[in-house]
Amino acid sequence: MMSLFAVLIDGTIYASWLFLVAAGLTVIYGVMRILNMAHGSFYAIGAYAAASLVGWYFNNGVGPVWAGYLLMLGCALVAGLIVGLIIERGLLRFMYGRDEVLMVIITYALLLILEDTMKMIWGVNPYFAYQPYAEMGRSALAGLKVSNYDLMLVGISLVLGLGLWLWLERTHQGKVLRAVIHDREVAMAMGVNVRRMFTLVFVLGTMLGTLAGALTAPAISVVPGMGVEVIVLAFAVVVIGGMGSIEGAAVGALLVGLSRAAAVHYAPEFELFVIYGVMALVLAVRPQGLFGRVLARKI
Amino acid sequence: MRLSKTELILLGVAVLLAAGGVIAPQWLVFLLTMALAKAMVVQGVVMQMRAGLVTFGQGLFFCVGGYAVGMSGHFLNITDLALLLLIGVGAAVLLAMLLGLLMTRYREIFFAMLSLAFSMILYGVLVKSSALGSTDGFNVKAWTLFGWTPASGQAPLALFIIIVACSGLLAVLLHRYSRSSAGMMCEAIRENEVRVEYLGQSPRWVLYMNYVAAAAVSALGGGFMALSAGHIDPEMAYWITSGEFVFIALLGGTAHVAAPFIAAILFAVVRTYAIELVPHSWQMILGFTLLAIIVFLPKGLWSLFTGQARRAKA
Amino acid sequence: MNCILETQGLCKEFGAVTAAKDVNVRIHKGEVVGVIGSNGAGKTTFINMVTGYLKPSRGEILFNGQSIIGRTPRAITRAGMARSFQVAQLFPQLSVLDNLLIAVSAAQSPFPSLLAPMRNASRIAQADAILAEFDISRWRDTQVTAVPQGVRKLIDIAMALIGDPQMLLLDEPTSGVSAEEKTALMDTVMRVVAQHQVTVLFVEHDMDVVRRYVSRILAFYSGEVLADGAPEAVLANARVQEFVTGGPNAHKRAAQ
Repeated sequence: MMSLFAVLIDGTIYASWLFLVAAGLTVIYGVMRILNMAHGSFYAIGAYAAASLVGWYFNNGVGPVWAGYLLMLGCALVAGLIVGLIIERGLLRFMYGRDEVLMVIITYALLLILEDTMKMIWGVNPYFAYQPYAEMGRSALAGLKVSNYDLMLVGISLVLGLGLWLWLERTHQGKVLRAVIHDREVAMAMGVNVRRMFTLVFVLGTMLGTLAGALTAPAISVVPGMGVEVIVLAFAVVVIGGMGSIEGAAVGALLVGLSRAAAVHYAPEFELFVIYGVMALVLAVRPQGLFGRVLARKI
Repeated sequence: MRLSKTELILLGVAVLLAAGGVIAPQWLVFLLTMALAKAMVVQGVVMQMRAGLVTFGQGLFFCVGGYAVGMSGHFLNITDLALLLLIGVGAAVLLAMLLGLLMTRYREIFFAMLSLAFSMILYGVLVKSSALGSTDGFNVKAWTLFGWTPASGQAPLALFIIIVACSGLLAVLLHRYSRSSAGMMCEAIRENEVRVEYLGQSPRWVLYMNYVAAAAVSALGGGFMALSAGHIDPEMAYWITSGEFVFIALLGGTAHVAAPFIAAILFAVVRTYAIELVPHSWQMILGFTLLAIIVFLPKGLWSLFTGQARRAKA
Repeated sequence: MNCILETQGLCKEFGAVTAAKDVNVRIHKGEVVGVIGSNGAGKTTFINMVTGYLKPSRGEILFNGQSIIGRTPRAITRAGMARSFQVAQLFPQLSVLDNLLIAVSAAQSPFPSLLAPMRNASRIAQADAILAEFDISRWRDTQVTAVPQGVRKLIDIAMALIGDPQMLLLDEPTSGVSAEEKTALMDTVMRVVAQHQVTVLFVEHDMDVVRRYVSRILAFYSGEVLADGAPEAVLANARVQEFVTGGPNAHKRAAQ
């Protein structure tokens, strides 16, 4: 009983982290049809930005603790804004309309470039910024010690998911976006500025990626190559839920999170196997993902 | 078996390369052996690209070939090179025959993602298998050939000559395959699958054969890699490794069977120098090269040569 | 017993839209049948169902007396029913000759050879012969992307015909072709088709084209067969004039 509860708690925490990582990926794919391999690098950039600045802030006792948290979020969002704008305006907008698989390869090239750029900026030694994590302490949940920071992650991910969903489903801008998703040409003909929408969505997706990285940074050591590991996990989540669907990403994250937590507790040797196993299984049964739509070809 | 001019040239280059190996320094022989092994995997990627499919998981068969060779030596005490490679290819073929049933239902981005998922499953299993050395992998035993045990200094050169011979034969076979009905049908499927169906041909059957054949070729490369490096680890199935194969495939293009070999050798040579000169910029160079290929040379390096040939004719 | 294609109570619904409603048709060997109907009348849906691309919601399709419901397009093609497409379905990056060689090779065996070259003398001879029949030999070595629209339509039909089908379904053979070229194109198609002694069913919008070549007309309207019979009778039918051809009554309605 106890271990089942632990699996649920661990699974939920892991799932909310996965959702944070995957949200930007699925938003970008949903609107732009770009499966962005560089999303893991955005995550890593956010983590580096947060770890280096927040580490410096706390180690030198620059200011109050609460401001450290704001700094962490702020630097992630600024980094995402800058990186997203540079990439969308400087590269991707020249590539729109190309084949989806080619876009994967283009973003793969981007990933390679960003990986080395990060090494140039931050070097190859690990960064630590454990203070935001440690400062918050732990609480006991039915006899289980859980870090408050992790609980905060769950909260943030719930708020973010709900916010994204409301934005897409309930606002005028969301309606316009869904029109773009549904039929790009018709949306253009109706006077929607698709290019501006693309810039907006890509920058937003990038910021979601850097934010996820920044929020993770206090819990890990920030090292080169961390984005490369994360991106396949995010792929798994997004593919399971149905590429481009927010609610799909949430369900995918829960599914992966819970199965991984179960594996870690009951059969640790299957930890990684389970994640990609679920992905392969869902693809095999429902290739468009749990919340995806199929498009038939006209002849 | 009558050979065409192209096939004679391919075999001639192989003979020259093997002869060159005798006088080449050891590091170059080693570098070329590894490059040719990788080129075989790339051939598998290219075979599928011709059918319009991009795989981000060819490392799966590279790894299966390598591990089958390593494990046969380790657990079954098999040392004969020919037998080991045969086991490696056989294992990959069996796996591909099974996975192919599923993979051939998918196209485009779904194919790319599912191939990635399968190779990552293998990676996940190997990383957690302590009997196989987990993330460190394990060393591969020295090989023999039909009862002959190469002396310690001879093995690299002997292996080089063997892999060059195999590459030459493979090039001839793949050249024929690319012009055969099955090979052309792959291109037809890339161009218009519905039409192929309406000509009375099963696209899935063609893609299935192609998938299994590509797996066999890639596993051969994995087997050679295990034997030449003398070590295998789960990294072989990691998606970054598969990404590198896609990179080399795009570098060479799909227009000629020699392209993956040339591209793989070029890749290996440039990397050797780049890692020494600018250790933290190697991936960046790759990234910018890839973008340049996509923007300027959509058919890969080979379009440089055919483009010139066309201009010369005109 | 010379009925080659028969449909019984064929129905197809896409959600709330009815694309075929109780379609009962019998086509006899050697007939040349024209299918007319406005856009969305269910002509292409009919062809797509008969060739196995769409599964009917209800009903039966018999080809040479055998049910072909649930069979794949390739199985139906191999059974002897070939089709062409509204938009020519070719292999654009390949040469015209290679397009036809692929068609020949596919017709010869469902299991393509792995090592024997596709280009061999007998296949090339077959491809050249059909190119000559359609009078498009001069495009033989051109890449399809560089070939004009009318020629593409002919290649599309040639690829369907090269497997020697018993029945040929042509989905708007003249669509996308300029008005001046239409007659010449149809003349070529019908001449070659006649030489091959194949039963033909074709969809066409231009009534002059239809009248010129067919022995029988099927008129579709919102998924139903409105009229079926000799061209004069069908075209004189009041309901056909009202809903399909927009004949004399249509002018009257417009005047009112």
